[in-house]
Amino acid sequence: MAKLKGRGVAAVNYPTGMNLGGDPSQALIHATTTGSFVVTLSSVDLGQGLKTVIAQIAAETLGIPYDSVMIDTADTDTGPHCMGTFASRGTHRIGNAVIMAAREAREVMLNVAATELEVDAADLVTDGKGRIHVNGAPDKGIGVLDVALAAHFKHGNTISGRGIFLKPKSTPVPETGEMDPDSCQAHACTIAEVEVDDETGVVRVLKLTNGYEVGRAMNPALAHQQIVGGAWMGISHALYETTEPYYPDRAHGPLDFSEYLMPGPADLAEMESVIIERPASNGPYGAKGIGEMTANSPIPAIANAIFDACGVRVTSLPITPEKVLRGLDALQAVNPV
Amino acid sequence: METIDTSFFTEERAGSFNTVGTSTERADARGHVTGRTQFYEDVSFPNTLHLKMVRSTKHHALIKKLDVAPAMKVPGVVRVLTWKDVPNNWYTILKLIGVGPDDEPVLAEDRVRFIGEQICAVLAETPQAAAEGAKRVKVVYEELPPVFDVEEAMTSKPFTNHGSNYYIYEGHNCRRIRFGDVETAFKQADHILECRYNSAPIEHAPTETTGCVVKPEGNGRYTIYSNTQALYFTLDNTALILGVQFNKLRMIGGTVGGGFGGKVDVIVEPIATLGAMLTNRPVKYAYSRAEEMQVSSPRAAERFYIKDGIMKDGRIFARKITLYVDAGAYCRHSTYGTTKAAAHMPGPYTIPNVHVDAYCVYTNRTPSSAMRGFGVTIADFALESQMDQIARLLKMDPIEFRLKNAYRDGDMKAHRKEVEGAALVEVLQAAAKQSGQKLSSEFLAMSSYGWGSANGKA
Repeated sequence: MAKLKGRGVAAVNYPTGMNLGGDPSQALIHATTTGSFVVTLSSVDLGQGLKTVIAQIAAETLGIPYDSVMIDTADTDTGPHCMGTFASRGTHRIGNAVIMAAREAREVMLNVAATELEVDAADLVTDGKGRIHVNGAPDKGIGVLDVALAAHFKHGNTISGRGIFLKPKSTPVPETGEMDPDSCQAHACTIAEVEVDDETGVVRVLKLTNGYEVGRAMNPALAHQQIVGGAWMGISHALYETTEPYYPDRAHGPLDFSEYLMPGPADLAEMESVIIERPASNGPYGAKGIGEMTANSPIPAIANAIFDACGVRVTSLPITPEKVLRGLDALQAVNPV
Repeated sequence: METIDTSFFTEERAGSFNTVGTSTERADARGHVTGRTQFYEDVSFPNTLHLKMVRSTKHHALIKKLDVAPAMKVPGVVRVLTWKDVPNNWYTILKLIGVGPDDEPVLAEDRVRFIGEQICAVLAETPQAAAEGAKRVKVVYEELPPVFDVEEAMTSKPFTNHGSNYYIYEGHNCRRIRFGDVETAFKQADHILECRYNSAPIEHAPTETTGCVVKPEGNGRYTIYSNTQALYFTLDNTALILGVQFNKLRMIGGTVGGGFGGKVDVIVEPIATLGAMLTNRPVKYAYSRAEEMQVSSPRAAERFYIKDGIMKDGRIFARKITLYVDAGAYCRHSTYGTTKAAAHMPGPYTIPNVHVDAYCVYTNRTPSSAMRGFGVTIADFALESQMDQIARLLKMDPIEFRLKNAYRDGDMKAHRKEVEGAALVEVLQAAAKQSGQKLSSEFLAMSSYGWGSANGKA
């Protein structure tokens, strides 16, 4: 009876967006009288932090502080169209739409500021802290608040912008499968270390060492959240979960969390991850979608580590203790101790 | 938290930003941890009716008799909706982008095709009365033989309404990828490695189960408070099913307690909205945990057969993949997921000969649909397990073996899209570095910038 250790590797890519029928999302932006900006969407935040990242992108492009931006979503009476939050598309699609809308609004904002300052708008820059000034002359400037007030009450301008991102429809060629379904690819590599108990068949994931390429980590804390959550989901898929334990037999489906097995907090492996960035040419500030990908590479890495540990190749998910034990029995039948 | 290793793609990633790249606190974090965030279920209205669905208890059966009268006798039960109440009972989710046919009924008509299929909806003053009413509805079935195995389903008698137990892609019984000539390449290969991989269905297991509350506004419009992942998908399909003008419906959502793809189907909103229209009262339809586990779409079970032709020098020369995606009883998003799976083949590697047949197959189980990694997660399990087996066959280090086959800028993928922005080489190098594994100089010098080019770490 022994606890056998093993190491396994897996590497994956993951598409950002997946288009069959055209994949658009829209954004509208307007300034309030007092220089806050409202981004109006019909997009959904699943808990991954879409509202946060979209506000960061709007603030970056407008050149104003993050806390001057409000996200107004999701009401179909007011929010322009969004396909939805899936296919790792949210940051990419909606981010691009917001950049387009923010550029239009920024242009109006700078034109009003130029009129107020009696300078050329092309000479103006934003400091990201709420002021607009002549490039190289920080004293020759005006606050965004005053620009917004002047636009509304003096000049009759709307500081606003409209944005859309569309990945056009790509119809696969039936004979060859030629198609252009996605916008870019994110990448991941996981090295898993596991311990297999050869008496019980129980697998413990000791450590996951990961490399992730995400285009640009727009908000490293949110990327961290995806990475840890995804790794947990990967461990869970690899070793625990199914709604049909005897698939394709339909019986014994779990009905609640006492029957549907998942790892608890104590089962989460030690994680050591590194992010690298190769900005996507078509991504907002180079961002790619990483939401889905983070769950994928741990699964085969764990399967490969189990083989490395005990010589059992389990080719069906989930890799339950029963499958590991049956594999060990089969090995012993071939090579009796 | 993770470090960002700026030694990779240094020039490409250069730039100065104010807010992009900073760890701003999540906008909803404090609301979530203090319980103040408003989810759809935090909205409630007086006089709300609760909807309980009567579901099939058979895998595959004819409905010989449906008697709702006993339910109506339960105090508090107001109405029972059957398929006869649904204006356009047959639909398919992706019809707005031209995918057909309409293969799924909102409520079952003369037959059921999986355990848990919606048959009729009991509307009552309380959840308890609705549940009691649902229990008393009498359904008389005549059982039909079910099919559960994807390969058996390919040749068994069709149980769908469109004449085959598989989806037809422009005249083909599968989504095809054809690149090079695998059969000739297999004859030239030094090694052949074949293996079968498969998976069982998985539940999204969100904290918040799927649901909605629909409120008649008194002006002919209906507001749907929902935790859908896609407001317009839901709005448009609901309007089509109910045969109402799109602008009679208003969706409010945007805050979801876990999606993972499980809230992309359009199941609860059409029937709850119909209930609100026919009773002129608010209607709530929320899945129980058991419904979320067994009735809401899981990740499809998949079955892969992979055959690889490999050269002694470590290059994969040909890869043939046959994939069966278990769509369950109805299509939902599975046709799309199967195409996504096909486009993902043969993984992030440059292989000159690739042949993929990806079948989207119907069986008598809960329809599967979108889930995190749709079409890709199980494929990666199969592909990367296969890669491990090949590395062992060749006695090569698993990272170096992958580096040798990694796709790079300018390569042609099997679906004839040129690779750009590749970074597989670099994530392999970064993970090796992080784990303390020393790669030889040949592998350290590789980059995604192309086959002959210098190290991309400029």
